[in-house]
Amino acid sequence: MAHGPAKGLSRWLFTTNHKDIGSMYLWFSFAMFIIGGIFALVIRAELFEPGMQIVDPNFFNQMTTLHGLIMVFGAIMPAFVGLANWMLPMMIGAPDMALPRMNNWSFWILPFAFFMLLSTLFMPGGAPNFGWTFYAPLSTTYAPESVTFFIFAVHIMGASSIMGAINIVATILNMRAPGMTLMKMPLFVWTWLITAYLLIAVMPVLAGLVTMMLMDIHFGTSFFDAAGGGDPVLFQHIFWFFGHPEVYIMILPAFGIISAIIPTFARKPLFGYSSMVYASASIAFLSFIVWAHHMFTVGMPIAGELFFMYATMLIAVPTGVKVFNWVATMFRGAMTFETPMLFSIAFVILFTIGGLSGLMLAIAPADFQYHDTYFVVAHFHYVLVPGALFSIIAAVYYWLPKWTGRMYNEILGKTHFWVAFVGLNVTFFPMHFAGLAGMPRRIPDYHMMFADWNMISSVGAFIFGASQILFLYIVLDTIFRGKKATDRVWENSEGLEWTVASPAPYHTFSTPPEIK
Amino acid sequence: MLKRARRLWAWLLAPAVLMTSYQAMAEEVERWKFNMVEGVTPVSREIYGLHMQMFWWCVAISVVVFGIMLYSMIMHRKSRGVKAANFHESTALEIVWTAIPLAILIAMAFPATKSLINLYDASEAEIDVVITGYQWRWRYDYLDEDLSFFSNMSTPRDQIEGFEPFGPHYLLEVDEPLVIPVDTKVRFLITAADVIHSWWVPAFGVKKDAIPGFINESWAIVEEPGIYRGQCAELCGRDHAFMPIVVEALPKEEYQAWLQEKRAEQEAVRQLTEQTFEFEELYDRGRQVHTQWCAACHRPDGTGVSGIFPALIGGMAVGPVEDHLNIVVNGSRGTAMQAFGDQLSEVDIAAVVTYQRNAWGNNMGDSVQPIDVFNFKQND
Ligand code: HEC
Ligand SMILES: [Cu+2]
Repeated sequence: MAHGPAKGLSRWLFTTNHKDIGSMYLWFSFAMFIIGGIFALVIRAELFEPGMQIVDPNFFNQMTTLHGLIMVFGAIMPAFVGLANWMLPMMIGAPDMALPRMNNWSFWILPFAFFMLLSTLFMPGGAPNFGWTFYAPLSTTYAPESVTFFIFAVHIMGASSIMGAINIVATILNMRAPGMTLMKMPLFVWTWLITAYLLIAVMPVLAGLVTMMLMDIHFGTSFFDAAGGGDPVLFQHIFWFFGHPEVYIMILPAFGIISAIIPTFARKPLFGYSSMVYASASIAFLSFIVWAHHMFTVGMPIAGELFFMYATMLIAVPTGVKVFNWVATMFRGAMTFETPMLFSIAFVILFTIGGLSGLMLAIAPADFQYHDTYFVVAHFHYVLVPGALFSIIAAVYYWLPKWTGRMYNEILGKTHFWVAFVGLNVTFFPMHFAGLAGMPRRIPDYHMMFADWNMISSVGAFIFGASQILFLYIVLDTIFRGKKATDRVWENSEGLEWTVASPAPYHTFSTPPEIK
Repeated sequence: MLKRARRLWAWLLAPAVLMTSYQAMAEEVERWKFNMVEGVTPVSREIYGLHMQMFWWCVAISVVVFGIMLYSMIMHRKSRGVKAANFHESTALEIVWTAIPLAILIAMAFPATKSLINLYDASEAEIDVVITGYQWRWRYDYLDEDLSFFSNMSTPRDQIEGFEPFGPHYLLEVDEPLVIPVDTKVRFLITAADVIHSWWVPAFGVKKDAIPGFINESWAIVEEPGIYRGQCAELCGRDHAFMPIVVEALPKEEYQAWLQEKRAEQEAVRQLTEQTFEFEELYDRGRQVHTQWCAACHRPDGTGVSGIFPALIGGMAVGPVEDHLNIVVNGSRGTAMQAFGDQLSEVDIAAVVTYQRNAWGNNMGDSVQPIDVFNFKQND
């Protein structure tokens, strides 16, 4: 019995519909992206030239901390969950997610978590100021009082992610249409399945970590306090045991998206489907045994250094396989360059650059010079911005016609791409040089020898920021004024989502489709 | 600022600049630091070599991968009327492009392992220096010399806040540099007193975290006399950007002379403890101590930072002297207020307490003598 959405606010509050929830996740993450972006611009404005001009160093630290936390937990992760909500059921021919009520819950606790996190800005002592990696004892004994709210917010985000992940696993394993075997699933489904397992494995570790902090701060334990027999390095091991898989949580779904888009616009099937699946699984496995490469300078014994160096270098192999497969997919295709394709190609190139600088960072002796400098900042922004973020933007352009039934404006889309592409490289490329020249990260002021690179980066950041306002305009313009889209939307799009009408009806696949 | 903006513009016109003046260009390249320093120790040179080797591997890989991509983006576009091929699998290819990167990685791993083993060998050092990170300064203890001192950033606040032009070593200058002899294996034993810091001198290829409760090891043999500058590399709170490291490498004889002089200086300070000072002397000295040691948190005018660092106007500064001395000497556990008892001499503690009790309208009218501080510590 098909019925439409409820009316008014209650549609959004009580909805259990995967499409509604997907949309809410996407809008929420966009809002967080803008807020995190404003924080980034405060940072870049202060760093425009040497000297302290705009903010106090303590507030600067609050900005770097919140920028990182908001972008990772508020923008990138919820955006991928939103895409999963929208697309997974349609890609596997399921009527909805397996656990729709939990789905509602995992979304609706998020705004509270971020409201709480942002409210710390207005508390006495200010917001968390210890970096998104919140190393103890700076984040425990020496933290502002708002740290307790930060801990609670992280707990809620973690609960949301775990519920979301359980839902995704349950959906993929139980709700596939007859005939949709595992090795027939689109790669986006595969990579999300693997990501969901990563989430279930590491979010509890993060929760344990912040709980230990809470105990240290309020209940007199000394997990991380050396004066009480605790161990500040233990904090880092636990953090990165969560943190490194977290990095792949933010990139595996991106691999899935790019593997959907490139074949469409190259008009040629994805090269090496099964090797893509195996590569994703091996990346996920390796992500559990490389964490201490973030800690080469803490003074680990040499055996530890060597192990983590070798393991980290190994990750280059499956990642390389992915890149080669995408290139081989493009090779001898018949390519066109619509906006999603432009973002995807930029993804392949710029993510590869980020991967190569990652390989340099893996070399432990060299890392002694790179560690905690702008070289690292450049590296992870190259994998996260043109990596995770570009894949999300590409996905929005790619599926927006399916969601709204309307086509976006191609000229505006391409303008968005080029402005973002230029802005991004102007922002982040010079950071490699600043870092190699010796500029540490997380500093509000610096010597004149870094001045030129910083000024260029700051100019780029504002260009990049402006391009995202255009993005918002394009999406709204599509929703309200876009031209009607066809059901298949793209000339060569493959997959179940393109067999339903555009816009996708409120309920799809109430009876399972037939898979050849 | 305008000047830099103009320079920026000049760079956008780089090709023209290139043709007009090779000389100016060479200067620009010198000014635009864009690569790792080669440094002055065997370790730093080895690291630099590894870095460049890795860099060229990455360039080579990029040229191949992006070259193929670019080729197909130009040749295999629908607008040229090509028809898409349909191949989508090749086990042979997959094996090739798994094996080749693996081989490259193994080739990279050998030299990296070799330098790491060398880098970890801190044995047979001739001099041991204990380096302790504090919020936000470094302390250097020469283990066998009965010599220790703090090293604070010496860049004036007026430069940071834009009232004065930047000096040539803006933010990278200190009152007392670490001094070591050249051509000598110096071992650094690195730790911290409060939060985690990281001691980094790029020219030595040394970066090691300073962690409370741990003592990390590193070492350097500096081959050229000179002054080398670095910074704290691990976020350590508000003034993380303002705790630079300066190391002066001296020829061996000059180093010995420096040691003598330094020891004599510390002896003189110890003797001051027995002297009695005039109020004015204490007050003036106290202002300097306050600016250098306390103002980062309590601000130069004693107003503090609301919610984190208390103001010193009123409060303990107008209460009993013992309480005031107590918090300065012993700190307040679990807060950013450290124990200054070991960090400051008796004279300096007496001076700063005297100053704080009489500045900013506190007007207590009393003063504290170094001997009072000494006695307080004894009875403590
Ligand atoms: C790293 C930041 C920091 C520095 C540097 C610092 N303090 Fe403090 N100070 C604090 C904090 C935080 C407190 C509050 C401690 C508490 O709540 O128990 C404090 C408290 C005090 C108090 C008690 C104030 C009151 O009325 O309760 C005095 C006196 C004081 N500091 C003196 C000094 C002196 C003298 C110096 C320099 C030698 C100094 N402080 C340097 C952070 C700092
Ligand atoms: Cu520090």
